[in-house]
Amino acid sequence: MQVTITVNGAKQTHDVEPRTLLVHYIREHAKLTGTNIGCDTSSCGACTVHLDGEAVKSCTIFAAQADGGSVTTIEGLAKNGEMHPMQKAFMENHGLQCGYCTPGMVMAAIGLLNENPNPSEDDVRVGLEGNLCRCTGYHNIVKSVLAAAKK
Amino acid sequence: MIPVPFEYKRAGSAEEAISLIGQYGDDAKFLAGGHSLVPLMKLRLAQPTVLVDIGRVKDLSYVKEAGDHIAIGALTRHMDVEKSPVLKQHVPLLAHAASHVGDSQVRHRGTIGGSIAHADPASDLPATTLALGATYVVQGPKGKREIAAKDFFKGFLESALAADEMLVEIKVPKMKGAGWSFQKFNRRAQDWAIVGVAAWRNNGSSGVALVNMGSTPVLASSVSKALSGGASIEDAAARAADDADPQSDLNASVEYRQHLARVLVRRALEAASK
Amino acid sequence: MSITQDRVTTVIGKRLLRREDPALLTGEAKFTNDLAIPGALHLALLRSPYAHARIKSVDVADAKAMPGVVAVYTGKDLHSTWAAPMPCAWPVTPDMKNPAHYPLALDKVCYVGDGVAAVVATSDAAARDALDAIDVVYEPLPAVTDLEEALNDKTVIHDALGTNKSYTWNLKVESSEGAVDAAFKNAAFSVKERYVQQRLLPMAMEPRAVAAVPQPFGGDITLYSATQVPHILKVMTAITCGIPEHQVRVVAPAVGGGFGSKLNVYAEELLCVALARKHGAPVRWVEERTENAQATIHGRGQIQHVELAADKDGRLTAVRIRLIGDMGAYLQLVTPGVPLLGAFLYAGVYDLPQAYDFSCTSVFTTMTPTDAYRGAGRPEATYAIEVAMDALARKMKIDPYELRKRNYIKREQYFDKDGKQVGYTAFHGLNYDSGDHLAAAEKAMKHADYQGVRKKQATQNVPGARKRLGIGMTSYFEMCGLAPSRVLASLNYGAGGWESATVRVLPTSKVQVVTGTSPHGQGHETSWAMIAAEKLGISPDDVDVLHSDTAIAPLGLDTYGSRSLAVGGVAIAGACDKVIDKARKIAAHQLECAAEDLDFANGVFSVKGSPDKAVPIAAIAFAAFTAHNLPDGVEPNLEAQYTHDPKNFSWPFGTHICVVEVETETGKVDVLKYVAVDDCGKQINPLIVEGQVHGGVVQGLAQALFEEAVYDKDGNLKTSNLAEYLVPAACDVPPITTDFTVTPSPTNELGVKGIGEAGTIGAAPTVMNAVIDALSGLGITALDMPASPQNVWKAINNARGGKK
Repeated sequence: MQVTITVNGAKQTHDVEPRTLLVHYIREHAKLTGTNIGCDTSSCGACTVHLDGEAVKSCTIFAAQADGGSVTTIEGLAKNGEMHPMQKAFMENHGLQCGYCTPGMVMAAIGLLNENPNPSEDDVRVGLEGNLCRCTGYHNIVKSVLAAAKK
Repeated sequence: MIPVPFEYKRAGSAEEAISLIGQYGDDAKFLAGGHSLVPLMKLRLAQPTVLVDIGRVKDLSYVKEAGDHIAIGALTRHMDVEKSPVLKQHVPLLAHAASHVGDSQVRHRGTIGGSIAHADPASDLPATTLALGATYVVQGPKGKREIAAKDFFKGFLESALAADEMLVEIKVPKMKGAGWSFQKFNRRAQDWAIVGVAAWRNNGSSGVALVNMGSTPVLASSVSKALSGGASIEDAAARAADDADPQSDLNASVEYRQHLARVLVRRALEAASK
Repeated sequence: MSITQDRVTTVIGKRLLRREDPALLTGEAKFTNDLAIPGALHLALLRSPYAHARIKSVDVADAKAMPGVVAVYTGKDLHSTWAAPMPCAWPVTPDMKNPAHYPLALDKVCYVGDGVAAVVATSDAAARDALDAIDVVYEPLPAVTDLEEALNDKTVIHDALGTNKSYTWNLKVESSEGAVDAAFKNAAFSVKERYVQQRLLPMAMEPRAVAAVPQPFGGDITLYSATQVPHILKVMTAITCGIPEHQVRVVAPAVGGGFGSKLNVYAEELLCVALARKHGAPVRWVEERTENAQATIHGRGQIQHVELAADKDGRLTAVRIRLIGDMGAYLQLVTPGVPLLGAFLYAGVYDLPQAYDFSCTSVFTTMTPTDAYRGAGRPEATYAIEVAMDALARKMKIDPYELRKRNYIKREQYFDKDGKQVGYTAFHGLNYDSGDHLAAAEKAMKHADYQGVRKKQATQNVPGARKRLGIGMTSYFEMCGLAPSRVLASLNYGAGGWESATVRVLPTSKVQVVTGTSPHGQGHETSWAMIAAEKLGISPDDVDVLHSDTAIAPLGLDTYGSRSLAVGGVAIAGACDKVIDKARKIAAHQLECAAEDLDFANGVFSVKGSPDKAVPIAAIAFAAFTAHNLPDGVEPNLEAQYTHDPKNFSWPFGTHICVVEVETETGKVDVLKYVAVDDCGKQINPLIVEGQVHGGVVQGLAQALFEEAVYDKDGNLKTSNLAEYLVPAACDVPPITTDFTVTPSPTNELGVKGIGEAGTIGAAPTVMNAVIDALSGLGITALDMPASPQNVWKAINNARGGKK
């Protein structure tokens, strides 16, 4: 079947199998490999992207469901060669180590601030409940998000 | 991670969805937000041959005041239930419970109707609507009918929905200022409840339902009965597991679940009585 | 020249932001599964659903006929492909039993997840679809999941071995024969404890992924793998697949965490190589999380019997340890060595006389093989001694901190009578390089307000309290910087412990550092550039760090065991010294003076006493490149290679303290505060050091409270995905208070020790001591990990005699 999805501002049409998950669409059809896959149970959040402006787990949505929609991936955040404030905050606060959960974590964090621009530390911790990280112990991730909120 | 192949059909309206599901029979499944079904399909634990995508049936996403109750379209997302000013005002227990479903990404996609129709006893909203005495409106080839929440859940992932019927609306009575509480006990915030409790109290009446305490969401009628008979919260809560038939799993034995139900019901009633 | 003592550093010690981050933050970084490989075929494995079964037949006909399927193989089909079985590099004893282990099972499967058949297809989806069409007939056999029962040999897993016992390894050190028995006989106090180190799943966020790209005519093959150990993998691939080593190149692209789980040689790596060669086309494989849970190594898995003897003041007089180690179904790369890595640490940071008796017996079970997982043997050892110390303190009715203070090795014991730091030679003969245990503990006490919590506890933990307060501590030692090659030889390890570095100053004065370490989140690119910049007196921005590709960095022993800085980082400093020595000769030639008359500071050689006569190393690099005017006997180019074989292990230490509140009604544990005071010697980049502690602590805390690989009686893994295996999220764990003491290691030029595993080593016993402390007033003196709500509730119930 054919799906048309605007990915990072560019509208694209691809032939896909109905069973194609949005994350596979992004990685294999749109050829954007920044969005990672970390589990098969919708638990880890590594695949988080924005669909029509909201953070979603792209492993739990068929590409067909996103047909006609607009997707932003980690590759779509930087503007004019400048990283997004959230990306910068992660760098400045050592909010990443291996970097595998990072694209999903950053997308979830931006979604969190969109919905709650002035979160408390607890709000950030609870707001990121759907994203797992094995390296950082979350300490500096939380710090990064709070720093980005202040920017 | 890769589901088995299936055919994908997109419905523009409830009528079209019902006609499609009728056409493809038993191996077809409705796809709403997909956050109950897709994970099972990825593990190949569910292998429907046809998916009827009802996600675009726009007129089924709403929260409306309708006299003594609030009408919620089945395709209303958890996030919209959580944030709805109408629900916050009239059915705060449901809005609050919706904020505990999964994580924010899940709540952006999952729908209240999908969650109820999936009939998972471990889900938060089936039990919460059960506690609230909700009525579910279902639509089939011959039109609509209403099923009381207490008659809806038939077994593990089984409901009173016929194969060609679709849940279209949830009618929840207004809480009229009742005290309420939602208690969710789990090891990680994102997980299903090990045991959950949705409870409200108003003057002499009350509603208490349990999450993950059996093969269906459980209405703890014995607790409400005890309360209306004048029992103390402590004594009423002691009856919390009387209507339940919980299973044992990795996180909790039957005995521990029963114990948790009693503790959480007590806490819920204490909070609801404040 | 030593940069640790002689002068103020300019780069080392600064909180430089990581140069790795922009690529990782923007999606630019390429993990193995991100690589675009035209024409690649996809591999999928059919895995055993049985823990233990004989394979009666495998019918692949239907699978072969499926669309997109190129080939289907069974273990027997591929048997002649292998030049050797899969490697175990650590035969810990001469009589260790090691079953032949091939990438696909032959006649028998020995754990759920054991590979049975391999499908090669044109897409991942087609390969996985075909798995469902393979028909295997199994004859199920009894599962063996209990370590003590496994030792009975009622069901023998590997017929050819005749027993489930793999080996027994002993370390007995006595000042005179019978010293241990005598110490226990004469002990004023003793404790005898049994602890279970539950199996853990490493769960690196990036599942494993492999791609093998052959040159069908040239014969070379490039193996891309999400591995911590490209160099070890290269050697082992050559040996097992029978390919001349010089034709194998291994590349570890961006790697998404390892924690030991990618310190191995896996079936899928060898299968991709063998099948790529067979088909003359690239073959790739990516692991699903469920496969990761079943087929990537597990960690821990020990039963520990711990006995401590003490005199009337609580000073330790003897330690006796009996371990049973769970090897799982086969021996992977270093499986049998893991308990040995802990063998030297069961006396912790305490001044134990020569009265130590350690014995470990390891057994096969029908579960996933175990191997190194963050800390590997050392967290287990630290847990045993530290939780037992609390038990001893309870028995003596003294504060656990007081007991520790009486036993700490004292700072002065690291110095000789002339005040020279010579290290502390412990009862087993290893030399602890440096330490100040009391200083770290005192700092932690202050952060945690230990006495304040004890006071609050006295008022809060009244009978019937619904929330009980607990505080627990651990003072740990970590044996890391693996490892002096000669010590490894004495432990029968199959390789050395050195690390290599090349430092190359390019004609334009930019510097390339080539390292044999293989980072996967540790920030080596940033830290290694800092070391070279410090040594060469240049900006770290002018240093590039090359790694993780055996064609670019051919020499190395990779990254594990907190070794990278203490061995690999020191190698870089050594290579820089060689570069400086060479540059000095050229500078002397140009400045027409003797090499000894030159000072080198801030990247400039200057003549002693005539600072205006100077030449920067940048100019020397260009001169070395043009080679127009070099002194006789000096080769062109400014480059040096150095291999560092450490003289000693490095011994980081510290004290962690945790404050918890336990809900007695539900058993739920709430961590209120976590304090980590660590001493890893000199710090290259404190920002990165803190990050390692944060992550390590949460991983150890997760063992204490959340994680457990649960098997049922039939050998099914019940926690085979991230919904069931509870890796905690941000809201499930506390913020971490970190602080440090700095006691440089005297055994290496940088004064560094390593920090990768310290957090994990300290955290599990700290949290458990806090939980037990909270409950000790209820009569609870022991608790199994994880301290899940149900386990805690049961313990409380039992302590109340089963009454509600």
